Amino acid sequence: MSAYRTRSGSFRRIAALIRKETLQVARDRSSLVVAFVLPALLLFLFGFGISFDASHLKIGLVVEELSPEASDFAATLANSPYFDVERANNRRAFVDKLSAGRLNGIVVVSGDFAERLARGDTAGIQIITDGSDPNTAGLATGYVNGAWQVWQMQRSSGQTATMPGQVTVDSRFWFNPELESRRFLIPGSISLIMMMIGSLLTALVVSREWERGTMEALLATPVGSLELIIGKLVPNFVLGLMAMGVCVVASLFVFGIPLRGSLLALVGFTAVFLAVALALGLLISTVARTQFLASQLAMIVAFLPGVFLSGFLFEVSSMPTILRIVARIIPATYYVRGLNTIFLAGDIASVLVPSAAVLALMSTILFVLTALKTRQRLD
Amino acid sequence: MTASLAEIDGLTKRFVASGEPAITELSTAILPGQVTGLVGPDGAGKTTLMRLIAGLLTPSAGHITVCGFDTIADPTAVHDAIGYMPQRFGLYEDLTVLENLTLYADLKGVVGRERAPTFERLLAFTDLARFTDRLAGKLSGGMKQKLGLACAMLKSPRLLLLDEPSVGVDPISRRELWRMVYQLVEDGVGVVWSTAYLDEAENCAEVIVMNEGKVLYSGDPHALTATMAGRVVHVRGAGSGRRDLLASAIHRPDIVDGVMQGEAVRLVIAEGQQAPTAEALAPGGDVTVTPIAPRFEDAFVALLGGQPKRTLTLETNVRGNHEGAPPVEAKALTRRFGDFTAADSISFEIRRGEIFGLLGPNGAGKSTTFKMMCGLLRPTSGAARVDGLDLYSAPAAARARLGYMAQKFSLYGDLSVKQNLQFFAGAYGLSGARKRAAVERVIAAFDLAGHVNDNAGGLPLGFKQRLALAAAVMHEPPVLFLDEPTSGVDPLTRREFWSFINGMVGRGVTVMVTTHFMDEAEYCDRVALISRGKCIAIGAPEALQASIRSDTLPNPTLEDAFVALIEAQEQTQAKAAA
Amino acid sequence: MWTRLIALVIKELLTSFREPKARMALIVPPLLQLILFAFAATMEVSNVPIGVVNNDWGAASVQLISRFERASAFSEIRRYTGVKEAQAAIDAQEVMAVVHIGDDFSRALAAGASPSIEVLLDGRKSNSAQIVNNYIGLIVNQFSTDRRLGAEITLPSEVIDRSWYNANRDYRAAMAPILIATLPMALVMMIVGMSVAREQELGTFEQLLVSPLQPLEIVIGKAIPGLIIGLAQCAIMTAIIHVGFGIHATGSIVVLFSALTVFMIAITGIALFISSLVSNQQQAMMGIMVTMMPAMLLSGFTSPVQNMPDWLQPLAGINPLTHMLVIVRGVFLRDTPFSLVAEQIWPMAAVAIVTMTAAAWMFRRKVE
Repeated sequence: MSAYRTRSGSFRRIAALIRKETLQVARDRSSLVVAFVLPALLLFLFGFGISFDASHLKIGLVVEELSPEASDFAATLANSPYFDVERANNRRAFVDKLSAGRLNGIVVVSGDFAERLARGDTAGIQIITDGSDPNTAGLATGYVNGAWQVWQMQRSSGQTATMPGQVTVDSRFWFNPELESRRFLIPGSISLIMMMIGSLLTALVVSREWERGTMEALLATPVGSLELIIGKLVPNFVLGLMAMGVCVVASLFVFGIPLRGSLLALVGFTAVFLAVALALGLLISTVARTQFLASQLAMIVAFLPGVFLSGFLFEVSSMPTILRIVARIIPATYYVRGLNTIFLAGDIASVLVPSAAVLALMSTILFVLTALKTRQRLD
Repeated sequence: MTASLAEIDGLTKRFVASGEPAITELSTAILPGQVTGLVGPDGAGKTTLMRLIAGLLTPSAGHITVCGFDTIADPTAVHDAIGYMPQRFGLYEDLTVLENLTLYADLKGVVGRERAPTFERLLAFTDLARFTDRLAGKLSGGMKQKLGLACAMLKSPRLLLLDEPSVGVDPISRRELWRMVYQLVEDGVGVVWSTAYLDEAENCAEVIVMNEGKVLYSGDPHALTATMAGRVVHVRGAGSGRRDLLASAIHRPDIVDGVMQGEAVRLVIAEGQQAPTAEALAPGGDVTVTPIAPRFEDAFVALLGGQPKRTLTLETNVRGNHEGAPPVEAKALTRRFGDFTAADSISFEIRRGEIFGLLGPNGAGKSTTFKMMCGLLRPTSGAARVDGLDLYSAPAAARARLGYMAQKFSLYGDLSVKQNLQFFAGAYGLSGARKRAAVERVIAAFDLAGHVNDNAGGLPLGFKQRLALAAAVMHEPPVLFLDEPTSGVDPLTRREFWSFINGMVGRGVTVMVTTHFMDEAEYCDRVALISRGKCIAIGAPEALQASIRSDTLPNPTLEDAFVALIEAQEQTQAKAAA
Repeated sequence: MWTRLIALVIKELLTSFREPKARMALIVPPLLQLILFAFAATMEVSNVPIGVVNNDWGAASVQLISRFERASAFSEIRRYTGVKEAQAAIDAQEVMAVVHIGDDFSRALAAGASPSIEVLLDGRKSNSAQIVNNYIGLIVNQFSTDRRLGAEITLPSEVIDRSWYNANRDYRAAMAPILIATLPMALVMMIVGMSVAREQELGTFEQLLVSPLQPLEIVIGKAIPGLIIGLAQCAIMTAIIHVGFGIHATGSIVVLFSALTVFMIAITGIALFISSLVSNQQQAMMGIMVTMMPAMLLSGFTSPVQNMPDWLQPLAGINPLTHMLVIVRGVFLRDTPFSLVAEQIWPMAAVAIVTMTAAAWMFRRKVE
């Protein structure tokens, strides 16, 4: 009889805590900001503000010769959707602009362009890029090279079929043939959002109870620490899934990201990740008993690594070894990988199963740590 | 039947393994059906003891049994048997009254058919039935406290622990709270009530007097008070010389304690000594010495070794600017928030060298008035002047003439004592040699030399008070505003604080103080009673006491006067409304 | 007035440095970010594994593959027997790209034809995939050229590729100078934005208000310490980048710091404005986050401003960081002359004037 009594009591207490938490979230503006305003802002910024798709590279074009060949190539560049071309007949005019950062590069069609072309000699064109932005510089060089190849091909197709002995490369980008960076930035930012909601919000709501002195009153009731933990987890879990729903709808309909995997995989995978994020938030809150400290810790432990080391913005494989190791123990790494796959590729078990397994392991470890750390006393 | 509810045996609690214990070797028992007062100065270990009894802290040595359960071995059973109200009541401010009650009812297992009558009983008991849909954060201090109490009482606890329930609560709410607690006691509940207010100790059946983690006295408070019989006198008739009389009296070896009580000076005579003669106290003066009944506070101070025998005085040169103009003047001060009038045409003048008190229940408009007088809140109409200067048309000049001490300690806790003083000297426009001199002067006057490089936040409470006052008077203001300066402060610190103030008043400084703490009001020359935004009485404390003297209440205290005058006003307003 | 201001500034600086926790907040996040930005924020692709499916039996394909193996960008060349197997490897993200060489590759080359090879790339990381694709293209081109040279066949013309200012297109050299502006900005926003809210929570703000300090003096007294701390950190960052990373400014440091001063005033103004709107530290924290994230992301910090949609360009235009980044990059790497720097300074100055005025005005309202 006593066992039954405790169990039903336990359910009742958990339900009461969940109800309380839900009411608080609904009334507290700061929770709503973390749960809805920040996600919307992040999605917006990553969806519109950040793009690695250089479609309007600003190029200064110097044509030092008036031959028909030179003007023909110049026209090819000017008509390319990748370039916004300014023209001049000597390069000095562009040096200051390059120095002021108003041009990404200068393309010089040399004075002996036609002659060299006729001779089959090298270096008819030179591209000078602004190395202070290496990514854009690389893209600009790549595009100019591409334009040059195409132009040559078109020219030679009038004469001989192809350049003898020239190997051509036929590239196909799977999952994202248009090469839109948004397609991987959006799933990546969703992972950041989930991390924030999971860890930051959880850490904040627990530290708030310490700060306001309500934790002391709770601890003096018959509530057990496991009940307290569950009472905090469930509402935030639901909130996380709700925010996920909003994000997914926005991704599909506002940003036009495809969802090639199944909804079930998406929800299931997210649920596993949320468990890790929530457990991390709880662990933070056992250490931090003020909201300020909690938010600082959440930033350092969850947000910064999520941005830098999860592989969502930056290529982890190029980083120093230590950072590569750190990246491996960050939950966001696995979530970003899985989310990108579900959105862009499909339910690929060889990615999802190992990632989900790692995340599940992480959440188990974190929960055990939290349970060990949580004591039902004030000292 | 008198089996104790809680047994405390050889209890020691250390927070830092090697540090001073917060509680040392404490053994006592708490009995059902009575209020046990836990009395002591700040930092005595009251809250620590409460938390230990509630099983929220682990004892370093010894053990505690509550209702037969060990607090460490069986915390859940302990939590089932007790009700605990922490210092900040433990309410969720963003939940309504009913939601708070429901939460705690679920957590404590008050369910099913039991719940509805319990809620009904508690809401009626606390008079909160009208406010069930109000957010707890929007309740007044007194109402929050009642709700906290209701939550603690949900499961008819056998032992109710109340940690400083009366801090920041006005006398009317405090009386209601006591009434509620007595009802519980009649039902056999054991109540532990911790407090720094010694007048509350007299309401307890038993007190545990603590100091520095040790029990100084445990037993019937009246028995302790009785030991002081014949050792307490009132000295009357000294008029404006009474502050000097008090200052010199406490230096006498035969006096252990002295406080102001309106027109009178209350003196406690050292054990085995005769009462000093009138001539000895005021040579050539026309004073009378009359023995009076002792109170618990006399015994408490005597138990702690009496009032410290030193007076710290500050050489201050008060500069009166506009001779003839009163130092502080409120003229028809009115402040409206929307259609709510928080202060309604409040006027008073304070004379030079006077201590003037603003009294009133929570939410009566006392703080609003005080803020307008400090220049923190622009009045809707009316004028506030300091030394003849309007606070809103000449703010900087007027503010330079007032010293302000906030209710809670509000200096920079992460700066050192000296850095705080240097900052405030600078903020009041002192620089160079004058600044150095001012800082040196207050450090010497307030005996802060031993702490100049310590962080202000880590000072003991008494030193924090001194520092706050030092910062407020460094620029030698002719007017000093104090907002509940000694609320929650233990009696010894309070005495020391008022001896400073008395010294300054003796040099012509004018003081305005808000309080709902009657001991503070006793130091005032005149008080203004604010209720429902109006000033309902102004006069000397004794005049207010005299105004309500009747056959049923031949010897009213200031608190009685306070309660009676406010209730009378509320009744007339209710009649007018009807 | 000066006495009061100096007292306020000294107090503000002391509160920022005296407490160990506050000192930590000044040191740990910037240091952590410095490390992360300098070592993690790279778009470079190196050490990625790629796959090869070689159906050709000739020597030419072996030569081509050995060139891939020697390339530093690729950590490992995994061989797959068929396209199906290779596809699965891409799916599982074991490799980022697979080069597929057809069975007549060597034969066609020998015959003087131009065979084509197929490259399959993982578009889930489109930026990295594009870079890998460029590398592969370069290697293949070089391969063809060298073969023809060996075969004494006439050369087709090549584009000569030069990068100015940062010849190797080194990411760290490009990223590190930006940190001189961004990290102090984050710090100053945090310190200044929180300071008023903290004083309000502790009750010391009232203490300031009853003193003869004027609202404007409080605003200035809060702004100057932010400015001092911000500029000091700019100087420290510059020194670390100069000494620690060996990246030296090509332009004038004087010009850089005059621009940074204007920038810091603008940032302080924004932070003060936020702090005048909020009433507690939690709100301040939210306000700072909601302002700082767009300011960082819409500044050209992670991706170029020119890639943003047109309707977002004005937002980037009023962002002081956008202009400051152009200046920092310019002065550090591109030796931008002062006349061109000046064009970026005035928008920041305008923001500074607007936000400072707004903050002072809001403060006055808050006080009364």
